[in-house]
Amino acid sequence: MTAIATFGLTKRFGTGQVAVNAVDLAVPTGSVYGFLGPNGSGKTTTIRMLLGLIRPTQGGHELLGEPMPVRAAQVLPRIGALVEGPAFHPYLSGRDNLRRLDAADRTTDPRTEQSRVDAALDRVGLLAAATKRYRIFSLGMRQRLAIAATLLRPRDLLILDEPTNGLDPQGTREVRQLLVSLAAEGSTVLLSTHLLSEVEQICSHVGVMHLGRLVAQDELAALRAQTAPRARVRSADPAAAAGTLGELGLAEVQRSGETVTALLGDAAPEKVVAALVHAGVPVQGFEVAAADLEEMFVGLTGEGFDVSG
Amino acid sequence: MSAVETAIAPAGPAAATAVVKPPAFSTRFFRSELWLIFGRRRNWIGLAVLAVVPIVLTVAVKVSPPGGDGGGGEAGSFVSQITNNGLFVALVALLFEMPLFLPIAIAAISGDAIAGEANLGTLRYVLSVPVDRTRLLLVKLAAQAVFALAATLLVAGVGALLGLAVFGSGPVVTLAGTTIGFGAGLWRLLLVCAYLTVCLIGFGAIGLFASSLTEQPIGATIAVMLLCFASEIMDAIDQLSAIHRYLPTHYWLSFVELMRDPVDFGRLVPGLLSALAYLAIFGSAAWARLSSRDVTS
Ligand SMILES: Nc1ncnc2c1ncn2[C@@H]1O[C@H](COP(=O)(O)OP(=O)(O)O)[C@@H](O)[C@H]1O
Ligand SMILES: [Mg+2]
Repeated sequence: MTAIATFGLTKRFGTGQVAVNAVDLAVPTGSVYGFLGPNGSGKTTTIRMLLGLIRPTQGGHELLGEPMPVRAAQVLPRIGALVEGPAFHPYLSGRDNLRRLDAADRTTDPRTEQSRVDAALDRVGLLAAATKRYRIFSLGMRQRLAIAATLLRPRDLLILDEPTNGLDPQGTREVRQLLVSLAAEGSTVLLSTHLLSEVEQICSHVGVMHLGRLVAQDELAALRAQTAPRARVRSADPAAAAGTLGELGLAEVQRSGETVTALLGDAAPEKVVAALVHAGVPVQGFEVAAADLEEMFVGLTGEGFDVSG
Repeated sequence: MSAVETAIAPAGPAAATAVVKPPAFSTRFFRSELWLIFGRRRNWIGLAVLAVVPIVLTVAVKVSPPGGDGGGGEAGSFVSQITNNGLFVALVALLFEMPLFLPIAIAAISGDAIAGEANLGTLRYVLSVPVDRTRLLLVKLAAQAVFALAATLLVAGVGALLGLAVFGSGPVVTLAGTTIGFGAGLWRLLLVCAYLTVCLIGFGAIGLFASSLTEQPIGATIAVMLLCFASEIMDAIDQLSAIHRYLPTHYWLSFVELMRDPVDFGRLVPGLLSALAYLAIFGSAAWARLSSRDVTS
């Protein structure tokens, strides 16, 4: 089953700009899905459409197997969301802001409000600062409060738009660990981010946005395989080298001139070298070309950090 | 679906009651909205300003009691009664505040209702809780109605209590010159408050509509305040008498009719109908606007 499925989701703003263009997301239940794309690529706009905040120009979507927006009242309570950064009432305390959101939720039990609010604050490390006014919160504290708001009740799906924005390295690590543990408890997570490293650390799946289009979508492992480390052997006898690599069980053996490459897979490089020497292959050079998701990401999205317009 | 839910529900007794079947009716969000309005310091200051008027009035009349008829018209007639009966402090304060201070207070609350949340960004989070947009609008309307009632009662209450304390109580002389008992006078004062609250609710619907158009709460507030003043100015221009009865402020001061004996409903009923018409028209317009609006803030 898919937790999020979109069908040709498209948003053209009044300005004429197509911010999201025929996007078909498929976020499997139980996955941690990295929604990756440079700034301005349409991630937040997509998330706004998922939550019914803005109406798609074309296309539609389902959340947790239910059609949206008709089933919004039933399905949205099961989803915790962080959209385009935190937003709270500045003159209320952190705790009172969460109580306000909990009061708005018709599916939560008012008798357990206090304990759930405090548990959520505790989980993001804000319990000690709970009575401070939101206006004096630092950006990192604000971000944590927004994450706490998604934890006010058990959720089947978390939709988090750049949740580590503005956090210090320690906070970033804590939030990532929190996401991993939430996923382990059974929530599906859609994590929007412009940081490839974040996806590599905690995601099982990835979708890459570029200029409003979803240009790639797969399991992270499958994408990695495409960019998996390759053994590269230079030899005066490339045929023998290719034969030996094949016998070792390396996949995708390719020859070009005196160079032979193959997917390294689980094989240890030193074993490969030893085997080549043992087979009498004249080895002139050997190297392991490292995995480079970043190169692939840049290839998909053009130059890395430009803001898409 | 249920399999997923049981899988992620945390263990322990609290988890069993974290989630409930949505009740058919609950005042929880409405109470939270009231708390948002009445817990905000800005609004406390506004209410305090409203309460200052009857205080200043009491002091002024005590220091320099009006001689003779105390000036012309109903205001003059009311002012001259203050020294006989403290209840009139409340009526005079309402007469002074209704054209200006009370609508400003309502404009501040209603202008903030949607635009304020959009401006802060809290609108997107409230809507994705989810709060149905129609429900949000109804709760905002109901909360500003409570604020209108509270503001009116505050002015009347401060005026009546202070007036009675300083000038004492006595029989109430109506605008018709007849005398009614103190209890009947108090009852009429409450009816005045109810009438003015309905007027302010109608006016607040205009503010709510303005608030649904923008992300700038101050802009919405100023717009409806200007509308209020423009309406009052037009109401004072005789050449425009043809449109006077459609102006939102036209019937506001008709509340003095409640101090006649017998009460003349000829101007009160149209006043109530006018307010309800404004509520219906601008409430619907706000609904049409909010329910179709892209929330991009
Ligand atoms: N309300 C809006 N009106 C017009 N254009 C918008 C609006 N919101 C976003 N955009 C444009 O849509 C594109 C995608 O924006 P966004 O979804 O916020 O990207 P991301 O979240 O990936 O950084 C950007 O070019 C942005 O300028
Ligand atoms: Mg964004």
